Amino acid sequence: MKIAVLIKQVPDTETKIRIKADSSGTEADGIKYIISPYDEYAVEEALKTKEKAGAGEVVVVSLGPARCVEAIRTALAMGADRGIHIDDGGIPMDPFVTAKVLANALKNENPSIIFTGRQAIDDDAAQVPQMVAEFLNLPQVMIAEKFELNAAKNGATVYRRVGGGAKEVYDVAFPALVGAEKGLNTPRYASLPGIMKAKTKPMAALKASDLVGEAKPKTVNTNYRLPPERKAGKVLQGEPEQVVKELVKLLREEAKVI
Amino acid sequence: MGNILVIGEHQDGKVKKVTQELVTKAAELAGQIGGEVDVVLVGHGLQNPAELGSFGAKKVYVVDTPKLEKYNTEGCVKVISDLAQEAKPSVILGTASPLGKDLLPRLAARLNAGLAADCTDLKIDGGKLVATRPIYSGKAFVDVKFEGDLQIASARPNSFVAKAAGAGASAEVVQKNIDPGELRAVMKEIVKGKSDKADLTEAAVIVSGGRAMKAAENFKILNELADVIGATVGASRAAVDSGYAAHDMQVGQTGKVVNPNLYIACGISGAIQHLAGMRTSKVIVAINKDPEAPIFTKADYGIVGDLFQVVPLLTQEFKKVLTE
Ligand SMILES: Cc1cc2nc3c(=O)[nH]c(=O)nc-3n(C[C@H](O)[C@H](O)[C@H](O)COP(=O)(O)OP(=O)(O)OC[C@H]3O[C@@H](n4cnc5c(N)ncnc54)[C@H](O)[C@@H]3O)c2cc1C
Repeated sequence: MKIAVLIKQVPDTETKIRIKADSSGTEADGIKYIISPYDEYAVEEALKTKEKAGAGEVVVVSLGPARCVEAIRTALAMGADRGIHIDDGGIPMDPFVTAKVLANALKNENPSIIFTGRQAIDDDAAQVPQMVAEFLNLPQVMIAEKFELNAAKNGATVYRRVGGGAKEVYDVAFPALVGAEKGLNTPRYASLPGIMKAKTKPMAALKASDLVGEAKPKTVNTNYRLPPERKAGKVLQGEPEQVVKELVKLLREEAKVI
Repeated sequence: MGNILVIGEHQDGKVKKVTQELVTKAAELAGQIGGEVDVVLVGHGLQNPAELGSFGAKKVYVVDTPKLEKYNTEGCVKVISDLAQEAKPSVILGTASPLGKDLLPRLAARLNAGLAADCTDLKIDGGKLVATRPIYSGKAFVDVKFEGDLQIASARPNSFVAKAAGAGASAEVVQKNIDPGELRAVMKEIVKGKSDKADLTEAAVIVSGGRAMKAAENFKILNELADVIGATVGASRAAVDSGYAAHDMQVGQTGKVVNPNLYIACGISGAIQHLAGMRTSKVIVAINKDPEAPIFTKADYGIVGDLFQVVPLLTQEFKKVLTE
């Protein structure tokens, strides 16, 4: 079974975001990069699924600048078989174009399953996977918390988290795209032998400009800014009975939220 | 010039509050571009769609089909894209709910249009939609502008206030018969959660517990407070990873992003990844025994104290004033 995983390299969650002086974007220097956390669940689920299927291949695909190769190497060190890095070449991208590029790259691969994170934690757009599914005409199950191969291994039962702790249970036949949510699994660490082995695994280099076709960005981000700083408010001091009374009064009369 | 099409959501046949919020906002925007607000509801056994008229909707397209009694991505994309191609709105709006987040990107791709997802504000500038959205889990904000004629956005729940301005006004209900086509990922069942509370992402009031809760049983005191003030209970990652709370209760960068009117953080230090998930809360209350806890620098109101003492007192006090 061929399984593809789409991963994105994103700034570490500790990153302090700085905005360029002309508000056209965020500053990129001095940032530590990681695999987007939801994509790690996707990599893990791909590896587990290959193990359960008994045979196959896990191909990791990432679109972005040259540094993304590190993210792919990390996934290869976890156990993936092969990497594809698509260099964005600095061409204008939005989720629509990103999805077009990825879909066109995957067309040649024809995987049975595409795993990816439910969203990347940098632009939080949460739309590339669904657009890839649409461009490839595949069924999708997003926000997947549980994935079980069916007995014939030609499809799966997928639990998708929705509101109020409820889960929707889907039956889906392959090929299909699945968007991973936290809880799906616990991603393994790359072992030292894994890291050594990753260096010799195949890594293809593609160019986004060769894959975009006619697609042009449909959205443009402008006016990057920091949120208004939340200031420390009132800290109430005194006997617990007293401060609790005061808090309830403030929430009702000043903040008017209860 | 152009109309706005709102993708409505419903539960047990009743239109959800998030849709009333969105229709209210859409009516304001439509006024600025000289168009009208129409709504599309897809499903089976829908009740009182005409009532959306009081929030400003002109027409409600109802696609009632047993085939889509249970939500289905492909079926809904097919139905709504067919309808949009006929109705030709210039703006399509949906909610950034689990349903909207699943549906809208695929719909946008089908309609060859761009999407601004999970927006906290929408406005019209020069006759075009400008959508404001958080990035980096709210550590920054950006305005999204659109290329092309069709503009699609999803709005985070609780971003707008539902106002029944034209009380009693009713919308024209247009029944549409559209084939949902082939459904490949098919929902077999819905496994209900334990609580009947609003989901964290839609909740207007949230009480969250951190590592300081010390045990799963202790969440009982948060549940009691939540019952009194109609809140949903959340948790920090430390509480989830320690097994005190279910992982779908996690608020934060790798948990749920919430947008309530009131967020009460109990025994939560205020790590950057936790703040990322709740910083757009309108009012933040922190209860923490460490006066130096970072959460106090972001909280509107803080109580320095032991949560095991403060939370039960708070429950009692709310019970008292709310029944007065
Ligand atoms: C990649 C990544 C992603 C992450 N994603 C998330 C996320 O989505 N959500 C999230 O929450 N975290 C996330 N984290 C973890 C985050 O960094 C913190 O570790 C976590 O938020 C800490 O949780 P806490 O505040 O409950 O625990 P602690 O930091 O241990 O704080 C406990 C607090 O309780 C107070 N306290 C103790 N006893 C009492 C008492 N009796 N009464 C009152 N107060 C008391 C203490 O003073 C302290 O401030 C992530 C981390 C990483 C690296």
